Amino acid sequence: MTQTTTPKPQTPWAVTIQQRLSTAGLITLGALLAGVAIKTTGLSGKLGFAAAFFFISTLLIFIQQFRLRDLAAAKDSLLSSLASLAIVLTLIPIISIVATVVGKGYKGIHFGMFTNDMTMASVNDPVNAGGLLHALVGTILMVGGALLVSFPIGLLTALYLTEIRGKLARPIKFLVQAMSGVPSIVAGLFILSILVIPVTQELNGLMGSLALSILMIPTIARTSEEMLLLIPNDLREAGVALGATQWRTVSGVVVPAAKSGLVTAVILGVARIIGETAPILLVSGGADALNLNPTSGAMGSLPFYIWKAFLTGGTEEAYARAWGGMLILLILIVVLFGLARYLSGRKVG
Amino acid sequence: MTLMENQSATIPAPREITTKPRVSDQIFRAVVTVGGMSSLIILGLIALFLSLKGINVLRIEQLSFITESKWEVLQDAEGKIAESTFGLAAMLIGTFLAALIAVIVGVPIAVLSALYLTFYARGSAKKLLVSLIDLMAAFPSLLFGFWGFIVLMGSAEYWAKLLNKYLGFIPLFDVPAPIFERSPFIAGLVLAIMIIPIVTAISREIFDQTPLDRIQAAYALGASKLSMIRAVVIPYGRGGVVGGAMLGLGRAMGETVAVYTVLNVVYQINWQILFGAGGNVASLILLKFGEAGPQEVDALMAAGLVLFLLTLIVNAISDILINRFGRRGR
Repeated sequence: MTQTTTPKPQTPWAVTIQQRLSTAGLITLGALLAGVAIKTTGLSGKLGFAAAFFFISTLLIFIQQFRLRDLAAAKDSLLSSLASLAIVLTLIPIISIVATVVGKGYKGIHFGMFTNDMTMASVNDPVNAGGLLHALVGTILMVGGALLVSFPIGLLTALYLTEIRGKLARPIKFLVQAMSGVPSIVAGLFILSILVIPVTQELNGLMGSLALSILMIPTIARTSEEMLLLIPNDLREAGVALGATQWRTVSGVVVPAAKSGLVTAVILGVARIIGETAPILLVSGGADALNLNPTSGAMGSLPFYIWKAFLTGGTEEAYARAWGGMLILLILIVVLFGLARYLSGRKVG
Repeated sequence: MTLMENQSATIPAPREITTKPRVSDQIFRAVVTVGGMSSLIILGLIALFLSLKGINVLRIEQLSFITESKWEVLQDAEGKIAESTFGLAAMLIGTFLAALIAVIVGVPIAVLSALYLTFYARGSAKKLLVSLIDLMAAFPSLLFGFWGFIVLMGSAEYWAKLLNKYLGFIPLFDVPAPIFERSPFIAGLVLAIMIIPIVTAISREIFDQTPLDRIQAAYALGASKLSMIRAVVIPYGRGGVVGGAMLGLGRAMGETVAVYTVLNVVYQINWQILFGAGGNVASLILLKFGEAGPQEVDALMAAGLVLFLLTLIVNAISDILINRFGRRGR
């Protein structure tokens, strides 16, 4: 038997362990030197340490790259240091926000909060009194109402852009984009000016729904459009080749094929508006009691609950209440977002 | 072959081949087209109704509505409105100031993050980072506002004091009184954190579209990552990134709740960004709305119209830039 040797694939460009170790060593050295700098010079505090640490490590890596290779490599290392710094700076707020909400919010969570409203309690009462049932129900009703309005409109817009592709497709796309930039407070003012002041004269949940749907339509339209574009043209052609009309093709083939994508669009739309505060403050009234009727009377909502506890309270209990509400809101958003990710990650069809 | 035998030999009547859509399709196309126009209709209605409500105030104030900075409703002894002046200039300046701080701080970080995500991160770390940043884009502004007020304020105040200590000779960083809390600077930082995920996502999309053959050509010529990015990615994505920055600017200009929470909303022109007073148009609307009488409501509607048109223009420019440069490249 002759021994055949298969050559192992080699990757000479890959970063070796020595290189990794030396970089890690330099970064550690940078941390140490930064510590020394804090002790000996005028710099102080976490910010001083972070700045000194970044500056010294970058400099060390720069010098090392220059010694080992040349100026181009050294400059290249500068970019990678800066890019790493940027991503760290981006992550710090995310981590800090989540940590703050969880750390401060868990105190405001109790089981009674899902069965009580705030009719018998004020924001400054102990956390165990009252709850956010009314807010949760109000948010669900308003978001549901907004969904009922936005989904058909958003889907039709997406269908116009992908299936009909009329002459106006480009301007419509532009307008949808422009609509997604409408400030949320303007959506509230618009509903006030078109409905509340001239017609109903009353702030209620329906008005909240309508204001929210203005913010929701562009999200649903754009996501649905992206999802419909993913449907292979073969499916459409197959439908038409079988003699189906366009209506039959779209309703029987394209939309069912894009079902999970459309659900994703709906979920992202809900996640977009569930925490919207400004329009809710303007048009939904904001109530402390459970209100199941969106067409009459003020309606509470999670953002309003948090807003009220935060701004009108001032005591520890009120803050705990606000952060507890915020934790519930954040959990809802994370769950919705994860669900959308899961659905859109699956194969189309 | 029983099937064939059972069927009587009716040959289907020849039908005319036509490109004219059937009735069902005509209805379908009409419905979808009308639905597709909804964004046009809604935007038009917003402009129309805000103008209708705001026209009275705009007619009285005319151009001084945006050039003068006085927002007053004077009441006489009986509580009737004796005199009212509405000028938006101070808040317009505040809007631009806070949004500019946000763009100046946020965009470099966002673009570098996008470079990191596109050209440095790989595998599952990249996926995780992208999901986290996308998730952050979905955080409500209320959350950013309260976090900014409770957590960021302390650190930001310290940075503001440092800036004031060492750069205080520049008028922008000077303060009339040592109040560093709730300043436009801190509001700008919160807005920067809010727009970072948006700008990162757009820049990343644009960098991703850089033609792979050009990237590989640069590498084959011996380029380092830096020189490849400078020679290929930046020229290709420049316009798109500027568009993304404009989109961030638009978002920052229209932000209400976060600014209202963090900033000490006072109606005055404040160029000294470290001093704790200022505001923006959106936060003014929220602040004044509660106790506004009918005429002030009209003025607030006019303010909303101005804000709407401003963000519309900024968004339009950003959309044009992103689409012209982002999709096709040079």
